[in-house]
Amino acid sequence: MIAVPSRHRSLTLLGVVLVIQILLLAVQIRRERQVRLIRVWAVELISPIQRAGVWSIDLVKSGWGGYVALHRTREQNLQLQSELDQLRLRNQELEGRAAEADRLARLLGFRQAHTDVPMLAAQVIGASPDPDSHILFLDRGSRDGVRRDMGVITPDGVVGKILAVYPDTSQVLVLNDKDSGVGALLSNTRTQGPVKGTGDPLLEMEYVSSDEKIAVGEAVLTSGQDRIFPKDLPVGNVVAAQPDPHSPFMAIRVKPAAQLDQLEEVLILLTRQDINLTQGGEAPAPGGAADTTAAPAAVAP
Amino acid sequence: MEDVEIRVGPEQHIEVHRYASGSIAISVIVALALQAFLPVHFAWTRMLELPLLVTIYFALSRRNPSVGLLLGMIVGLLQDSLSGTPIGLYGIAKTLVGYVASSIGAQIDVENSVSRFILTVAFFHFHHAVFALTRRLLLGQHEPYLTVPLLLASLVNGVVALALFPLLDKLRKS
Repeated sequence: MIAVPSRHRSLTLLGVVLVIQILLLAVQIRRERQVRLIRVWAVELISPIQRAGVWSIDLVKSGWGGYVALHRTREQNLQLQSELDQLRLRNQELEGRAAEADRLARLLGFRQAHTDVPMLAAQVIGASPDPDSHILFLDRGSRDGVRRDMGVITPDGVVGKILAVYPDTSQVLVLNDKDSGVGALLSNTRTQGPVKGTGDPLLEMEYVSSDEKIAVGEAVLTSGQDRIFPKDLPVGNVVAAQPDPHSPFMAIRVKPAAQLDQLEEVLILLTRQDINLTQGGEAPAPGGAADTTAAPAAVAP
Repeated sequence: MEDVEIRVGPEQHIEVHRYASGSIAISVIVALALQAFLPVHFAWTRMLELPLLVTIYFALSRRNPSVGLLLGMIVGLLQDSLSGTPIGLYGIAKTLVGYVASSIGAQIDVENSVSRFILTVAFFHFHHAVFALTRRLLLGQHEPYLTVPLLLASLVNGVVALALFPLLDKLRKS
C-alpha cells in the first residue's frame, strides 16, 4: 500500500505542464501579420502596464502643471496683467494724440485756408467750476493780442466771445451760456434774429416772425450785426421751429455747429474781417502734410 | 500480478497496477507507429486515436494524477511531433485526459468492459473538446465539433478499447 500523492501537488504539476505547453504553442503560432503569438501575448500583457504608466505620468504632469506649477503662472499672469494695463494706457494716450492730431490738422487747415484773416490759435486749458455757466479758459491773453469781445470759433462754427482777458489767459463765454448771444440769420430767407444760449445744449433763435417758413435743418449763420463775428459763419442748424402761442414769433431751436462740449483747440478772431468759408475752409485729411504741432502756436501776422 | 492498494476512503480500497519496465514506453511507441502507419493502408483507421487509448488505459490503471498527466503530455507531444500540428496542441489535450483519467481511476472501478467503453467514449470527446478549444483560442482556427463522424469515431474507439485494453492488461506485472 502506497500513499496517494498530494492532490495539490498534482494540480500544481498540471498547471505547470499546461502553462509550459501553452507557451510552447505560443512560440510557434503566428497570428495576423506573421507575429508570433508569444509576442502578441507579451505585448498585450505589457501594454496595459505601459498605458497605466503613461496615464500616471500624464496625471502627475497635469497635476504638476495645473496645480503645483501654478505659482509661476500666477506671477506671469500678474506680469501680463501689468503689461496689459500699461499697453491700455499707452493705447489710450495714442488714441488721444491721434484725435488731437486730427483736430489740429483741421484747425491748421482752416487757418491756412484763411491766411488773410488774422486769427490766433488757442488751447482750452480750463472751464468754469460752475456747471450752470459755460465758460472756458484759453492759453492766450493780452500779451498775445487778445482783447475783450473778440470772437472765438472752430472750423465747424461759432464758439463764443472773449469775456475777460488776462496777461496769459483769457475767458470765453460759450454760445450756449444763458448770457451769451450772437447776431444771426437764417441761410435761406436771410431773416435775422439773435441766437441766445439757454444753458442747455440747444440754442434759441428769437424774434423771427411766425409768418416765416423755416425748414428743419436750415443753417443759421452769423449776421455780423453784433460787431463781434464777421458775416456768414456757421452758428448751427434748426432742429425745431414752431409758432409760439404766447407771442407773434417763432420758437426756433438751434443745434450749435461747433462741438461746444468737446472743445480743446479754438481760433480767436483778432479782427472782424470777413471769412470766406468757400475758400477751402475744410481741414485737410488727418495725417496730411500739415504741421499739426505748430497749429496751436500759429499766430496771426 | 502485483497489485497495490490505495486508500481513497475509510472503507474503499482500489488496486494500483504496476507494469514491466519499458512496457508503457513500448506501448506508446507502437501506438504512435500504428497511428502513423495504418491510415496509409486502411483509410477507415483515420478515425482511430490509438495514442489516446493508450493514454487513457495507463492513466486509469496507474491512478496517479501526476503520472497520468506526465504520460499524457509525453504522448501528446510525440503525436504533435509526428503530425505536424503545433507542438503542444495534442500535448495539452492528452495532459488533461491523463490527469482526469488518473483521478477518475482512483475513484471508480475501471476494470469491467462497460465502464471502459463509456470512459473511452467520454474521454474521446473530452480530448477532442480540449483540442478544438485550444485550436480556436490559440490558433484562431475553427474546429468542428459534435459531428456525426466524430460521434462514430468515438464509438469505434470505444469498441477498439474493449479489445485493446485486455491486451494491455497482459503487460501488468504478475
